[in-house]
Amino acid sequence: MSAVDVAERGDITAHPPGLATRRFKDASFIVWGIVATIIGLGTLVALVSELVHDGGHRLSMTFFMSFPSSDPEIAGILSAWVGSILVIATTAAFAIPIGVLAGIYLEEYAPKNWMTSAIEIAVNNLAGVPSIIFGLLAVGLFVQVFDLGQSILTAGITLALLILPVVIVATREAVRSVPLEIRQAALAVGATKWQATQHHVLPYAMPGVVTGVIIGISRAIGETAPLILIGGLTFVAFLPITRPGDAAFEVIGAVDEYGAPVTPDATERVLIDHDGVVVMPDFSEMPVQAGQTYDLPHGATVQSVATWSDAVQSWAPQNWLGSEFTVMPIQMFNWTSRPEAEFRELAAAAGLVLLAITLLMNGTAIWLRYRLRKQIRW
Amino acid sequence: MEMLLFLAAAAAIAIVVGILYVVLSEAVVKFFGQVSFLEFITGTTWTPTFDNPQYGIAPLLTGTFMSTLVALSVAVPLGLLVAVYLSEFASTRMRETIKPTLELLAAVPTVVYGYFALLFVTPLLQQALRPLGIELPGFNLLSAGLVMGLMIIPYIASLSEDAMRAVPNAMRDGSSAMGATRLETAFRVVFPAAVSGIVGAVILGMSRAVGETMIVVVAGGQQPVIVTSPTQQGATVTAFIAQVALGDIPYGTLEYSSIFAAGLALLLLTLVFNFIAFALQRRFREAY
Repeated sequence: MSAVDVAERGDITAHPPGLATRRFKDASFIVWGIVATIIGLGTLVALVSELVHDGGHRLSMTFFMSFPSSDPEIAGILSAWVGSILVIATTAAFAIPIGVLAGIYLEEYAPKNWMTSAIEIAVNNLAGVPSIIFGLLAVGLFVQVFDLGQSILTAGITLALLILPVVIVATREAVRSVPLEIRQAALAVGATKWQATQHHVLPYAMPGVVTGVIIGISRAIGETAPLILIGGLTFVAFLPITRPGDAAFEVIGAVDEYGAPVTPDATERVLIDHDGVVVMPDFSEMPVQAGQTYDLPHGATVQSVATWSDAVQSWAPQNWLGSEFTVMPIQMFNWTSRPEAEFRELAAAAGLVLLAITLLMNGTAIWLRYRLRKQIRW
Repeated sequence: MEMLLFLAAAAAIAIVVGILYVVLSEAVVKFFGQVSFLEFITGTTWTPTFDNPQYGIAPLLTGTFMSTLVALSVAVPLGLLVAVYLSEFASTRMRETIKPTLELLAAVPTVVYGYFALLFVTPLLQQALRPLGIELPGFNLLSAGLVMGLMIIPYIASLSEDAMRAVPNAMRDGSSAMGATRLETAFRVVFPAAVSGIVGAVILGMSRAVGETMIVVVAGGQQPVIVTSPTQQGATVTAFIAQVALGDIPYGTLEYSSIFAAGLALLLLTLVFNFIAFALQRRFREAY
């Protein structure tokens, strides 16, 4: 290139034509990106403010401590949140151990063979199966074949299966991120493979596992579709467990659907365990005292008030696993589908509670993940 | 111990087998024992609860496709804009804040979204469309689809962003060295290189939309009709299943079997989508 050429083309460091436009496009894309992000985040804000606007004023102690009712003024979510806790406890009891053990197996133990690939394919596919299909599984298998009924147990297991892939994948990732040296060090001092996993790998993987469990459980709390199939009831005015102070009834002998004794003249010897009242078949009342035995005719009802120890006893899983139930999302769905504005306020209030729980849990999970990334430096 | 671990992992296979067993035994053996497969896929009326039941799945499929189409037309542009912005333009700090916050959108219970679609988005759309001469019914697939789209933004944005960030920096540097702007680099170099991962993300979002139940049950309507416009009400495959379940489930009847037949159609749709998405994402992972 001769000096003349350079002179003809002028200053070669000058901007080529069109650069200003290209730079402008580049800068304006940032605006588009931010707008798109704001639409996403704005949805969250709109969602929360809509719920607060519609239902915020319904949040009160009464709302949490009342049963659903056809009168919207006194209706609440007591049976729904108690039901949610019981169902989720069942879900956790199945999903956490199975999911964590499965995750450990796939990362630490699984040989490279067709069985392992089959399991991996199964886990990957399960993660993409629509939740309502799990409802079909529950109806067709748990209710119809295993005869578990439309119960808390059925609901808990179904949701456990639904979140299993979440727990498995999170466990795998957490276990995989623990460096090989940790295992080698443990094995070198004579630990068995399981000891190395249990005492050394798992503790380091724990924050990741917990994150996955929280996200899975939070998903189970908000899940509605599969529980509709199981027949989660929309109107449950009882609790599967007893509270201290609840009235307790015990009917003596077998009675028909109208409460009349099947064998009217038979009596039964009964040991009374609480002070209370016995209502006879002719509706006369007789006060009774704890520790005494009475011969009571069939059809009589022993009425008493549950004490704390009765209540605690009723919390044992075998007492509520078979019970019918409702959960918060189903209660909210029921109220949403009613035309009256008052019920929609209740739906919004229930939605706020649900949203608060799920966002709080996910927020915790995100925070845990963030802290995890910051703290551990291998 | 190893045996126990293996059994836990094998539970995943048992669940898949269980799902296939239940759906196939009810749908194939009982349902298609009484309803011809031809009627199922070619019929245009779906009225299993009527006295003269007809079992053409087409109305449910059009409902599902319409709501999914609306959802994708919201989620794909927004999700990809967010993904490109986060991956190529935003600072690390910005990305680390926005990404998890956006992921909260996917954590909101779907019944809450249903409420939002029915009582916030629908009235808003009704007002917006009235000047245009469109009377939007109280139940419609448009608002259900829109809200569904907002819900799947994080799936598409997050996975696409992962795919784009997996593109090696050397390719960006090469592009910059040739004088390209960030935008040009993003769309002419990074995007094409990550395209299989991005398509995978979109298909995964699509699969979510197809399987979504509560939003369409609450806001989309429940009458199975052939849907030709998003402003119509219409039942999706999932909405039909939920609707039957909301009544007393008539165990052992053909109506009961019909929810499993609908479930089979849904399962096949999502499995095909998931398979394609999985294959695509694997390809992009192997590329570098």
